[in-house]
Amino acid sequence: MTDTAKRPVLSVENLTTSFKTAEGWRAVIRDINVEVNAGETVAIVGESGSGKSVTALSTMRLLPAGRARCEGRILLEGRDLLHASEAEMRAVRGGVIGMIFQEPMTSLNPVFTIGNQIAEALVLHRDLSWKAAEAEVLRLMERVRIPAAKSRLNEYPHKFSGGMRQRVMIAMALACRPKLLIADEPTTALDVTVQAEILHLLRELQREENMGVLFITHDMGVVAEVADRTLVMFRGDMIETGPTPEIFAAPKAVYTRALLASIPRLGTMGDAAAPRRFPEVDPASGMATEGRVTEPVPADVAPILTVEKLSVRFALPHGQIHAVEDVSFDLRPGETLSLVGESGCGKSTTGRAIMRLVDPSAGSVVIGGQDVTKAGTGALRAMRRTSQMIFQDPFASLNPRITIGSAIAEPMLAHGLMGRREAKERVAELLEQVGLSAAMADRHPHEFSGGQRQRISIARALALEPTFIVADEAVSALDVTVKAQVSNLLLDLQEKHRLAYLFISHDMAVVERVSHRVAVMFLGEIVEIGPRAAIFDNPQHAYTRRLISAVPIPDPARRGQLNPPLNEEIKSPLRPHGYVPPKRAYREVSPGHFVQEAAA
Amino acid sequence: MARIVRALLKRLGGMAIVLALVVTVVFVIVRVTPGDPAAVMLGSDATPEDIAELRTKMGLDAPLIAQYGQFVLGILQGDLGQSIFLDQPVTSALAARAEPTFFLTLFSILIAVAIALPVGIFSAVKRGTLFDQVVVTLTMVAASVPSFWLGLMLIQVFAVGQGWFPASGYGAPDTTFLERLHHLVLPAVALGIVNSALITRFTRAAMLDVLGDDYVRTARAKGASERRVILKHALKNALIPIITVIGLSIAMLVAGAVVTETVFGLPGVGNLVVSAVLRRDYPVIQGTLLVVAAIYVLINFIVDMLYILVDPRVRL
Repeated sequence: MTDTAKRPVLSVENLTTSFKTAEGWRAVIRDINVEVNAGETVAIVGESGSGKSVTALSTMRLLPAGRARCEGRILLEGRDLLHASEAEMRAVRGGVIGMIFQEPMTSLNPVFTIGNQIAEALVLHRDLSWKAAEAEVLRLMERVRIPAAKSRLNEYPHKFSGGMRQRVMIAMALACRPKLLIADEPTTALDVTVQAEILHLLRELQREENMGVLFITHDMGVVAEVADRTLVMFRGDMIETGPTPEIFAAPKAVYTRALLASIPRLGTMGDAAAPRRFPEVDPASGMATEGRVTEPVPADVAPILTVEKLSVRFALPHGQIHAVEDVSFDLRPGETLSLVGESGCGKSTTGRAIMRLVDPSAGSVVIGGQDVTKAGTGALRAMRRTSQMIFQDPFASLNPRITIGSAIAEPMLAHGLMGRREAKERVAELLEQVGLSAAMADRHPHEFSGGQRQRISIARALALEPTFIVADEAVSALDVTVKAQVSNLLLDLQEKHRLAYLFISHDMAVVERVSHRVAVMFLGEIVEIGPRAAIFDNPQHAYTRRLISAVPIPDPARRGQLNPPLNEEIKSPLRPHGYVPPKRAYREVSPGHFVQEAAA
Repeated sequence: MARIVRALLKRLGGMAIVLALVVTVVFVIVRVTPGDPAAVMLGSDATPEDIAELRTKMGLDAPLIAQYGQFVLGILQGDLGQSIFLDQPVTSALAARAEPTFFLTLFSILIAVAIALPVGIFSAVKRGTLFDQVVVTLTMVAASVPSFWLGLMLIQVFAVGQGWFPASGYGAPDTTFLERLHHLVLPAVALGIVNSALITRFTRAAMLDVLGDDYVRTARAKGASERRVILKHALKNALIPIITVIGLSIAMLVAGAVVTETVFGLPGVGNLVVSAVLRRDYPVIQGTLLVVAAIYVLINFIVDMLYILVDPRVRL
C-alpha cells in the first residue's frame, strides 16, 4: 500500500449530532467513529431511526444549520469539515464528496432536463461552460450505461425508469471524480434485478476511480455484497464495527446477532411442505430458535377464490396499458398464494381488480360462488365483508385524525353488524389478537410505530371476520425484525382462522417463508405458477430464475454471485390500440407447477 | 415541441367552445330578464308606440332564433351593437374606456407581483423567524382589507394630505399620457397591495412545499449555492400555484374594476358598466359582459400555456 492510500479519505471522530427540540438539544447520534480509505467500501447498517442517514447528512453538513448541531471531527483528507466555511463546503459537496440518495424518483428535479442536471455539477465545480459540459455529460451518461445517451440528454426525469434515474444520480455524483461517494440507501427503492445492476455498476466505477464509498443501508444482503467493513447502528449509537466477514461470522453485540438472525434469507425452508414461521429472536441474548412449520392445508377443499382469464387495461391517448393480461389462478381456504414480480408487473393491479377497486376489462373473479366482476352494489358490499385488504404503507393507510379504536370498529359499524358497545369489546379482542393491548384503542395513529400500525391495519382487516385477505406489500416497508414479527402474526392468524391470503410482494425471501404457492408475474402475465418449493428449487422460466438469483445473499463469502447485469429498461406493458396479445400456452412441469412456453 | 403545439391547438379549440357558450348565455340572460327592455328603458311615461318603435329599432320583435343569428353574426364582424344612450357603437364606447382599466390592471398586478414574489420566497426560506411571522400577520391583515377602503386611506394621506397625487379622475381628455398615468398611481398601489397579500401567501406556501423536496437536497449535495438552490431548483417547481394565483388575481382585478373605478372616479370599463346598468343600456351591458368574459378565457388560456412551459410533465 502506498502512503496516500493509507491516509483515510474520510475520518469521522466522535461525531455527535443533536437536533433542537422544544425541550432543548437532543442528541440523535452519539460518538460515531468511522474511517473510509480510498478504494474501500464501508457500510453503515441499521433499522429506521438508527441515525445512519443523519450520519451521512452530518458529513456533508446538509442538516439545517439552526436546528442541528454537530460536534466532534469530520476529517476529509485531514481537513476538518466542521470548521470549513460555507463556500469551502460548497466546493466539497459534489466536488470531493459525491452523494446519491434513496429515492431516484424524487431526487431529480422534474423541471430540468437530465443533461442540464448532470452538467450543473460540472459547471459549478470544474468551471466549464454549459456548452463544453455537454460533451462530458454524454461521456458520463455512457459510463453509467444509459442506453441511447445522446438522444436522452434533453429528456426530463419523468421519462426515465427508477433504475435509469439512479444511474443519472450516479453520473451526477461522479461528475467531478469525487474522492468519496456517500450512497444513502441507493438501491432500496429499486427492484432486485435493477438493484443487482446498480450495485455492479457502483463496484466497477469505484474500482476505476479508486473512490472510498460510504454505503448506508438497512439490507444485510446488500452489506454482505458490497462492504469491506461494516458499522452497525442502533438508536443513534455505534453498536459494532469491524470487517464485514467477521461481523457476519461472529457478531459480538447482542443487537447485531438479533439483526442477523431476523433477516429473511432464501433457501432456509428445508423440506417444509407449508410456510414456516420466522425464527423467534430473544432480544436479551440475540439467540434465535428456528420457526415452526405451519399446519399443511388439506388439498381437497374447494377454492374460495377463482380467477379466470382476468385482464385489466387502461386506455391512454397513444395506446393501452395491458396491466393484467389473461391471469388465472385459484386459492383455497387456509392457503397463501404469493404474487411476485417487479414494479409495474401488474401484481397490485391484480389484487385491486379482485377487490373491484379497479374494474377488470375481461375475465371473471369468483369469490364464494359469486362472480365479483358482475356483482351489483349490494352483492359487492357483501363481498367486501368476506374479503379484506391490507396495504403497504402503514403511515398512509390510517386516518391520522381518528383513534385506532374507531378505525377498527368502523367496518363493523358500517356493515351494521353490531352496536357501539359491542364493537368496543370486539376492538379490544382484535387488538389483543394482533399483539397490541386493548388499552391502546383510544390512541391516535401517530402514537404508534410502523410495525404497530401495520398490526392495527391487520386488526381492521380482521374485524369483519373475512375468509380472504389481499395483503399488498403488507410487510415490505417494515424493518427486518418487525417484518419477521408481523409475518409470523399473519401466519398465526391464518392457522387460527383458516384465512386465505393473496400475498403480493417483491420480497422473495419473505415470499419463500410465507407461501404455499407462488405465481410469478412479468408484464401483466403469469409466467410461472406452482407450489413454493417447485418455484424456488426448480424455477423453469428465465425471468423467475433471474428474479431469484438477483436477491442479495446475506453472506459475504458468497459475494459476487449476483446475476450479471442486463442494463435494459424494463419493457413496458404499453401497447398500441388494437393490440391482440399472443395466445399463451403453459407446460406442466410437475403436479401444479406450470410455466409459460416461450412465444413461438 | 410537439407537446406544446398539440396543447396549444387543444386549448384554442376549447376556448372557441367556451366563447360560443358565453355568447349564448349572454344572449339568453338579456332575453330572460323580467320586463320588456324597451319599456324599462323608456320609463313609465312612454306610449305603446314609442315602445314598439324602440323594440323594432332594437330588433326585439324578430323571432328569437333570428335575433340570435343577428347577434352572433354581429359579433363575428366585430359589431356588439349600438348603445341606446351614448349614441355610439358599443365597441367604440368600450375602446374609449379601455385605457384606464387596462393600465390600472397592469400596474396593480405588477406592483402585487413585485412585492409578493421576493417577500414570499424570503419568508419561506426564513420560515419561523420574526420576518416570516410579520409577513404572515401582515398578509392576513392586507387580504382582509377591502381595496376601496385602502384606496380611500391613500387618497386621504397622499392626495388630500400631501397633495402628491390627484385624488380622483383621469385628467381632462387632452392631457398627456404621463399625466393620465399619474392619476393611476394611488389606485394601482391600493389594488397592488391588497392583491400582493394573497400572492405572497401562495408563494410562501408553494416554496415551503418544494424546499423540503428531495431534489432540493440533491442540488445542495451537488454544491450549488443557496441562492441557486432557491432561485433555480426550488422556484421553478413552485411556479405552478404561483402562476395560478396571479392569473386569478388578474381576473379578479378586471371584475373588480366596477368598484375601484367608482371609488377613484376613473372613466374605465367598470364605470361604463355601472352607468349602463343604471340606465338599462342593454347593448352596452351585453357587450361589456362578453368582452370581460373573453378576457377571463384569455387569461386562463395564458395560464395553461405557462403551465406547459414551466413543467414538462403537464399535459393538457
